[in-house]
Amino acid sequence: MPQSAATLSSTAPTLEQVRDLQGRIRQMQATKLETRSLHTHPAIAELLPGGALRAGATYSVDGSTTLLMALLAGPSSAGAWCGVVGMPDFGAEAAARFGIDLDRLVLIPHPGDQWLTVTAAVVDVLTVVVTRPPARTSDANVARLNARLRQRGATLIVLGGWPLSEARLSISNSRWDGLGAGRGYLSARQVTVTVTGRNTMDYPQSARLWLPDPEERFREVSDQRPRAIQERGIVREAVG
Amino acid sequence: MSRVTRAIVLWCPDWPVTATMQEHGIAADAPVALVDRNLVFACSAAARSEGVQRGLRLREAQFRCTGLEVFPYDPVLDARAFEPVLAAIEEIMPGVQLVRPGTCAIRARGPSRYYGGEEQAAVALLRCLGDLGISGARVGIADGPFAAEQAARSTRGGSGTVRIVLAGDSPQFLAPLPIGLLGQSALATLLRRLGINTLGDFAALGATDVRERFDEAGARAHVLAGGRDGAMVVPRIPPKQLDSSASFEPPLDRIDQVTFAFRAAADAFIAGLTRAGLVCTAIRIEVETESGQTSERSWQHPRLFTAADVVDRVRWQLQGSGSIESGLTSAITRVRVEPESVDDIGHHEVGLWGGGADERIHHGLSRVQSMLGHDAVLTATIGGGRVLAERQVLVPWGDRAIAAKAGARPWPGSLPAPAPSTVFEVPRSVAVLSATDEPVDVDERGEITGPIELFSPTASRSDLQPVAAWAGPWPIRERWWDAAQSRSLNRFQVVDASGTAWLLMLDEHRWWAEARYD
Repeated sequence: MPQSAATLSSTAPTLEQVRDLQGRIRQMQATKLETRSLHTHPAIAELLPGGALRAGATYSVDGSTTLLMALLAGPSSAGAWCGVVGMPDFGAEAAARFGIDLDRLVLIPHPGDQWLTVTAAVVDVLTVVVTRPPARTSDANVARLNARLRQRGATLIVLGGWPLSEARLSISNSRWDGLGAGRGYLSARQVTVTVTGRNTMDYPQSARLWLPDPEERFREVSDQRPRAIQERGIVREAVG
Repeated sequence: MSRVTRAIVLWCPDWPVTATMQEHGIAADAPVALVDRNLVFACSAAARSEGVQRGLRLREAQFRCTGLEVFPYDPVLDARAFEPVLAAIEEIMPGVQLVRPGTCAIRARGPSRYYGGEEQAAVALLRCLGDLGISGARVGIADGPFAAEQAARSTRGGSGTVRIVLAGDSPQFLAPLPIGLLGQSALATLLRRLGINTLGDFAALGATDVRERFDEAGARAHVLAGGRDGAMVVPRIPPKQLDSSASFEPPLDRIDQVTFAFRAAADAFIAGLTRAGLVCTAIRIEVETESGQTSERSWQHPRLFTAADVVDRVRWQLQGSGSIESGLTSAITRVRVEPESVDDIGHHEVGLWGGGADERIHHGLSRVQSMLGHDAVLTATIGGGRVLAERQVLVPWGDRAIAAKAGARPWPGSLPAPAPSTVFEVPRSVAVLSATDEPVDVDERGEITGPIELFSPTASRSDLQPVAAWAGPWPIRERWWDAAQSRSLNRFQVVDASGTAWLLMLDEHRWWAEARYD
C-alpha cells in the first residue's frame, strides 16, 4: 500500500514525534507508588518533574498569574474542578480565554484570617486549588496542609514561595510584541519559563514559551529548540 | 348561542397602590404614586386630588404634589398582595377566578342562593374585604364576566359600591358605554373612524358581517359588546399551603437560637413540599422583628433546598455581613419561609449511580460559605462592558448568574486581546512621568502632553523605572448623560523595564493601574 510504503521509506522519526511519545510514556508511567498525574497543558508538561502535574503535590509559581493560568488550564479543560483562594485580583476573563472553564472555577477572594481552614476545606472537594498564602505561614501548618493534599489527592498551586513544593516555576526575559513607542497594542509575549525541581540534583528545566501567543494560546517558541532537551541528550539517544 | 353565566366581579380600584401601601405600611390618606419607566403608573386618591394622574412624567407629578411618595411599580408585589384576598374570598364563596391582580370573578348562582339574594352576596363580599382592611372595593353583578366588570367599574365611590344589572338587561346596560372598553385598541380606533362610538352601535352590526370584516378577534369583541358573553367563570384551584413559619414567644435575640428554633419549621416545610411531589429551587424568607421591621429576601439554590439549606439561608439573612456570634439589633418574633419557584420532584431525582462529585463539591463549598458568609464563595461569568472589573460578573455560589450587560455586544472601546491576567479589585495608584520629570496628562482635545518615559508601579519616586514601550491614549466616554454612572477616562498600555505590561488609566489627571499582564 502506498501509505505504509511511505512510512517505511521515511527516515527516523522526527524530534517532535520522539518528544511527544516520550512525554506520553512519562505521563502514563507513575514515577512513584500511588501518584496520579493530572492532565497538563502540553507546553508546560515536559518542563515539570515527572512530565505532568501530580495529584497531591504542591507547585509554587513566582510572580506570574499567566503562568499560573497555564498550569490551571490543563486540568480545568479536562473537566477538573478548580478553586482560587485569596486572590481578589485574579482575572476571570483572561482565565476563560486561556482555556479555564469558568463553570467549574470557584473563587474565594477574601478568606480573611481563616486562610488555612478555608484552603483545607476546598482542598477536600476540588481537584486543583490556586492560592496566595498570607505572609507568615507556620511550618506546622504547611506540613498539615501537605498531608491533607496527599490524602485527598488534590494539587495545590501557590503564588509565591512555599516550602516543600514539588517544583518551583518562574519566568524571566519577558518580551512583549506589538507595542512600540506610543503606537500599537500588546499582542503576544515570549518568556523563558524555568522549572526547578525539589531535588537539588535535578538540572533546572527551561524553555522559551509564548505566554500567550497572538491567538491567546500557550505554546513553545518553535524556531528555537528547547535547551533542556538538548542538554539531556534525548536527541542523540532517539536518533541513534 | 351559548348560555350566559351570571357573574359577580369584585374590583379593587388602584390595586397596585393599595398593595404598595400595605407592603410599606403607609397611611391610606398619604399621596403615593407608582412609577414605571419614569411615568406615573398608578396613584392614590390623595395624590389624584392634588392633580397627579396616570401617564404623567415623574417630575411633573412631583411638581404638582410636593409631598408625593414615589415607589417603583412591581407587578409581582400586586399578585402577591392579592393572594390573601383571594384566599379570604374562597373561605366564604367557592370558585374564584383571578382576572388580574385587583379584580376577580365569581359565579353568582351559588352565593346568591346561599346569602338569600345577589345584593346580600355582594354585601357579604364587601364585608369580607373590609375585615382585611381593604376599603373602596366595588362589586358588579351582571350576565357574563365582561358585563359584570363594566358594572363594577361604573359604580361611584361612597355608598353605591354595588351595581346589579338584572338578568337580561346586560345589552341595554352596555349599549351606551364607549367602544374603547373592549380593550382592543386597534379595533376601537378603526371602529371610531367608521363612526361607531358605543358598544351598542357595534352590537347592532350583523354577526356574520363583523366576522367577515374583523376576523375571530372582532367577532369575540362583538359578542362581548352585545352582552352575550358566554365565558364561564373558571374557578382557580386553591394552591396548597406550602409555606411554613415559626413564631417566637418570647422573641429571640441570638442568631443561633433562632436557627435552632426554626429547624423544625424547616423540616416541616421540606416535608410538605415532598408530600406535594415538589422540590423547591428558590425560597423567600421573611423575618419579623420585635421593633416591627421586616426583612425579606429571595434565595436561590443551584439544585434544590434541603431542610439544612433552608436553615442556612435563614442564618445568612439574619447574619448579614457579620459573624455568627454578632447580636441582632432587635429580637426576632417570627420567621416565615415560602417557596418561590418549585419544580416537579421527578426532575431532580438523582440517577442510579448518584450525582456524586457535584454533590460533594456543593457540600464542601456550602461549608466554606457558612464559615465566611454567603457572598464569600463566588463563581465568575463574563459579561459586557468596557472596564475590566465590570466585565467579570461574580455571583455567589448557589445563585444564578444574571449578567447586567450582554457580553455578546461589540462594546467599542473595549480592550483587544490578550486579556490581562491580573485585574485589580481596587485600581492602584501609579505615577507616570515624561522625560522632563513632569506628570504626563491628556489635554481636552485628547492629545497626550508628552511621551511616557518613566513609570512607578507604586506611585513613589523610589520605584521609578524607564518605560520600554507604551501606547495610548484610548478614550472611554460612557453614559455622559447620567451623572452617577458617567465615566470619562483614557487608557494606556505600558511595558516596564522588567518586561511586565500594565494597563493604566488616566482619570481626572490621576493615574491608576487597572490591570497587569504578568
